[in-house]
Amino acid sequence: MSIQKSAETNVGVLVILTIVVISFGLLVEIVPLFFMKSLTEPIDGLKPRTALEQAGRDVYTREGCYVCHSQMIRPFRAETERYGHYSLASEFVYDHPFQWGSKRTGPDLHRVGGRYSDEWHRIHMINPRDVVPESVMPGYPWLDTTPADASDISERLATLRMLGVPYTDEDIKNAPKQLEGKTELDALIAYMQSLGTTIPAVR
Amino acid sequence: MDDFVSSFWPWYIFVIVAGSIIWLFYLVLSQSHGVKDKDHKIEPTGHKWDEDLEELNTPLPRWWLQLFIITNVFGLVYLFLYPGSGLFGGLLGWSSADYRDTGATGQYETEMADADAQYSALYEGYLKQDIATLTADKDAITTGSRLFSTYCIQCHGSDAGGAPGFPNLRDSDWLWGGEPDQIKHTIAQGRIGAMPAWGAVLGKNTRDVTAYVLSMSGKKSSGDLDIGKEKYDQLCVACHGADGKGNIALGAPDLTDNRWLYGGSARSVEKSIIEGRNGKMPAFGEFLGEGKVHLLTAYVYSLSY
Repeated sequence: MSIQKSAETNVGVLVILTIVVISFGLLVEIVPLFFMKSLTEPIDGLKPRTALEQAGRDVYTREGCYVCHSQMIRPFRAETERYGHYSLASEFVYDHPFQWGSKRTGPDLHRVGGRYSDEWHRIHMINPRDVVPESVMPGYPWLDTTPADASDISERLATLRMLGVPYTDEDIKNAPKQLEGKTELDALIAYMQSLGTTIPAVR
Repeated sequence: MDDFVSSFWPWYIFVIVAGSIIWLFYLVLSQSHGVKDKDHKIEPTGHKWDEDLEELNTPLPRWWLQLFIITNVFGLVYLFLYPGSGLFGGLLGWSSADYRDTGATGQYETEMADADAQYSALYEGYLKQDIATLTADKDAITTGSRLFSTYCIQCHGSDAGGAPGFPNLRDSDWLWGGEPDQIKHTIAQGRIGAMPAWGAVLGKNTRDVTAYVLSMSGKKSSGDLDIGKEKYDQLCVACHGADGKGNIALGAPDLTDNRWLYGGSARSVEKSIIEGRNGKMPAFGEFLGEGKVHLLTAYVYSLSY
């Protein structure tokens, strides 16, 4: 029986052949990326997030910040003039998952670290209009009164280590201590102040 | 292509890409022959359903077939001109932006070089002029205001009027000095203001110090002014001065002018004394470069003079 005939009469064969055909795109466009140094090796000086920063990142993810804020500066002058050096894949290798986002209602945040003071972030997160009257960002006042969740931070770091982030046993053991007395807002600010600071703040 | 962990991968990509192109050419061409029989009747494929429902092997319409061929040729040409075949980077030497193999002209580098060529002379011209001269230059101030709208309004407001904790730049009151050099230093190097927390030291006397501080600008508040002055002269005088006029070398505000960075109510002033304040102007020199800092200085200077 010819392939043509069996594909036309047997839906199973048709499905398998369809998968084979479309998998060529995947094989040639995606699979090789796992073997590129610039995508898989951390950039010089990249450090795993501290427990506090990681807790902040989990708040960032939970609150859906990525829905309105990207973390991906594209290599266009219009973006690098405003945000700083374009994003490099090697800056994201410890992010699981990365927070690139896909839409900007607010500005890109990949290099927000160091751009504003901690105090500014605090005021801005509680009520953005206190500092930027035109802002449409919602306020997140409860973060300031919610303690950072330390109950499973060690497990979260251990999971990240499983995925290739080089945490030491000590990092994991001391993680809950770092969150003592910290609010979710403290953690979120620590996370934001760490963003994009691995390479110098030049465009 | 030396970005790959082994030389296998470029070949891997090349074989799949080249194989696909060849296969697609074969597929299109193999379907392009007429499949009519001697009597110009279209041949059936031999598939027959429901007794008399026959499938005919009708060739693709010419225009449609040609579109497929054009698409294939386009793909082939594209792979010669641009990176994509795996093995070589294309005849045009195009790259979106390079960071590992420097030397290639990436699209981003070209865009930046074009902009530099366009604007560097302009900025050099501005850099040669002093701030006071630039203040009279309408174009320079317009550019400065646009730079301000991009980099500064998040804290200082789109009207430069500031917010509690973030200085108003429109008035003539300056924490760190309002001369061009001082403004430029503030923008380029940043400033860190630190008011220590005195709550633990002063205890119940915070109300007295608050009253004394408020009295400097003619405001009244409940508290013993004598005790307030005594404590002030011990603890506050180092930064704010005996006369309360502040110190621009430390960014210590003038307490006598009734202008308040964190609010001038008794409650706000007392909070500042008890908890301290930590103002921070981030450094923008490295990020923005000399030219932009110069224009921003001119704009900020122009706001209050």
